[in-house]
Amino acid sequence: MSTTSATDAATADPAVPMAAVVARGLTKHFGDLVAVDGIDIDVAAGETFAFLGANGAGKTSAMRMIATVSPVTAGDLRVLGMDPTADGPAIRSRLGVVPQEDNLDLELTVRENLLVYGLYHGLPRPLIRARIDELLAFAQLTDKADNEVESLSGGMKRRLTIARALVNEPDLVLLDEPTTGLDPQARHVLWDRLHELRSRGVTLLLTTHYMDEAEQLADRLVIMDHGRIIAEGSPRELIERHVTREVLEVRFGSGRQPAATDALLALGLPEVDAVEGLAERAIVHTRDAQATLDALDRHDLRPRGHLTRRATLEDVFLRLTGRQLVD
Amino acid sequence: MGAAPDVRTVPIGAATTRPALRVMAGEAIAFRRNWRGFLMSSFGNPVAFLAAMGVGLGTLVDRGGGTATLEVDYVAFVAAGLLAASAMQNGFGDGAWPVMAGLKWRRNFEAMMATPVGPRDLFVGRLLWATVTFAGNLLAFGLVAILFGALDAGPVLLGILPALLTGLAFQALSTAYTAGLKADTGLTNAYRFGIMPLFLFSGTFFPITQLPTALQWVAVATPLYHGVELTRKVALPELGPPVVSTIPVWVHVAYLVAMFAGGAWWAVRRLDRRLYT
Ligand SMILES: Nc1ncnc2c1ncn2[C@@H]1O[C@H](COP(=O)(O)OP(=O)(O)OP(=O)(O)O)[C@@H](O)[C@H]1O
Ligand SMILES: [Mg+2]
Repeated sequence: MSTTSATDAATADPAVPMAAVVARGLTKHFGDLVAVDGIDIDVAAGETFAFLGANGAGKTSAMRMIATVSPVTAGDLRVLGMDPTADGPAIRSRLGVVPQEDNLDLELTVRENLLVYGLYHGLPRPLIRARIDELLAFAQLTDKADNEVESLSGGMKRRLTIARALVNEPDLVLLDEPTTGLDPQARHVLWDRLHELRSRGVTLLLTTHYMDEAEQLADRLVIMDHGRIIAEGSPRELIERHVTREVLEVRFGSGRQPAATDALLALGLPEVDAVEGLAERAIVHTRDAQATLDALDRHDLRPRGHLTRRATLEDVFLRLTGRQLVD
Repeated sequence: MGAAPDVRTVPIGAATTRPALRVMAGEAIAFRRNWRGFLMSSFGNPVAFLAAMGVGLGTLVDRGGGTATLEVDYVAFVAAGLLAASAMQNGFGDGAWPVMAGLKWRRNFEAMMATPVGPRDLFVGRLLWATVTFAGNLLAFGLVAILFGALDAGPVLLGILPALLTGLAFQALSTAYTAGLKADTGLTNAYRFGIMPLFLFSGTFFPITQLPTALQWVAVATPLYHGVELTRKVALPELGPPVVSTIPVWVHVAYLVAMFAGGAWWAVRRLDRRLYT
């Protein structure tokens, strides 16, 4: 890796809108394993873009190439208009990175973590100090400023990692599973922080297992499976394109479920587009939930419980892959 | 949230210092937490060693005719050797556990790599900070040696330089070695089977002429021997052969510089491989 000065980055004119990330045929191999298999991506400046995919889909591998800390095996990649191989340091000086697993320095305090990171970015100390106070407020960690990082909760650590990623006021923030492992309340606090960043025009690129997260945050997303992109669009478009607006979940109890799902499929109901059988429930893509329930009743297939709900990205994923996102 | 930072107020990339210096500054901040331990060991170790080996053992050695053979009191002989040997210990240690921690446990190296800092900056920055702490350790050692009456102030200050070179050569090689390790058992083994034998048999405690001829050749091939000889020739200028070797000083220097350069090159390469996957 070259170690040219980060000041090169300043020559790129921030007033000219350009794509934050452009990838063509982006590929990553680890030995024989193909982690990312020729993906095309365009992330516009100011956009929030998500990678949705199950474990091992290749999300982190793609993110690490974009973060310029992993060599590209094949394909073209431009990040903030620059080439990751040649301009790694210049790109990273304008990038904020929130890795999948927190790598905060547990030996330092909250404030010191931000200070050290600001120093790595080559910022002058007075500027870092001023920024630390703002970032602590942003991350709601002002009270914890002088605590050791070790004493923070998971949600606080995650917020600190995000604050740390913002110390250089990046143009592009990469967030790898920002809320995995957090309780619902901590997730909502984080989403709130990310919404705020978005409203300031920062480009966000995130990965997630959670469809609600993608729906909440992303302008556009790609669904990844086995290193490939299998669908792309806004959350709304994807739902409209691949599933019915509403879905009906029917539960027959774990013993009866597989047989009941098969029986339901065999009925060939006209309003039903598809049925996804899961271990403990069936998800019925139907244009008329009430008609379907009535038909089940007529055929003596009475579910123990049922639920009609709006279709989600999870349903899209299930339709496209036959698997659930989080297992 | 009114207090939130405005993303557009400051020009992007207001970089001020070279990346290696930034890493060094980061090391200094982490160091602030354990300066007490640093002071304790900097002064405690030489006091313990010089009291036990120099004075305790030394009294016996000197009575048994040691002073006649060594030309100086044993405490002086061993103090000069320990200056280099303690630098080796520091060098090995600094390239071992903190590097393993940076890669695996503390993972601060990974965090650094997400910034403009690269593997070479990481290595150079740590080396610069190590130079400061090793120099501090050696100064403390020298001070204690002066207080023990073992060495004279002038030569001991000069002797810090070859000891420092020894420490940095070991730090570089040790960093390279650690950067390729998956588990820290490799470090314990390197200490047990590398550093310990060097410590005992490279001329720190007795002239290697006391060893069988074959082992003398082995000793001459090892890096600590050159560190100890060089340091002793500088810190005790009155000594001559056979207490010190007839090998020219430049050979010792060249050996240590070559080891440092090779270690540094290998360390950067291995860190790059490890962190950039
Ligand atoms: N450093 C590596 N060496 C070898 N194989 C790797 C490495 N990193 C990732 N892989 C493999 O590449 C594939 C994609 O992994 P990746 O971490 O990109 O998936 P992911 O979508 O981020 O998964 P998760 O949701 O579990 O984080 C997996 O099969 C993984 O085992
Ligand atoms: Mg991942």
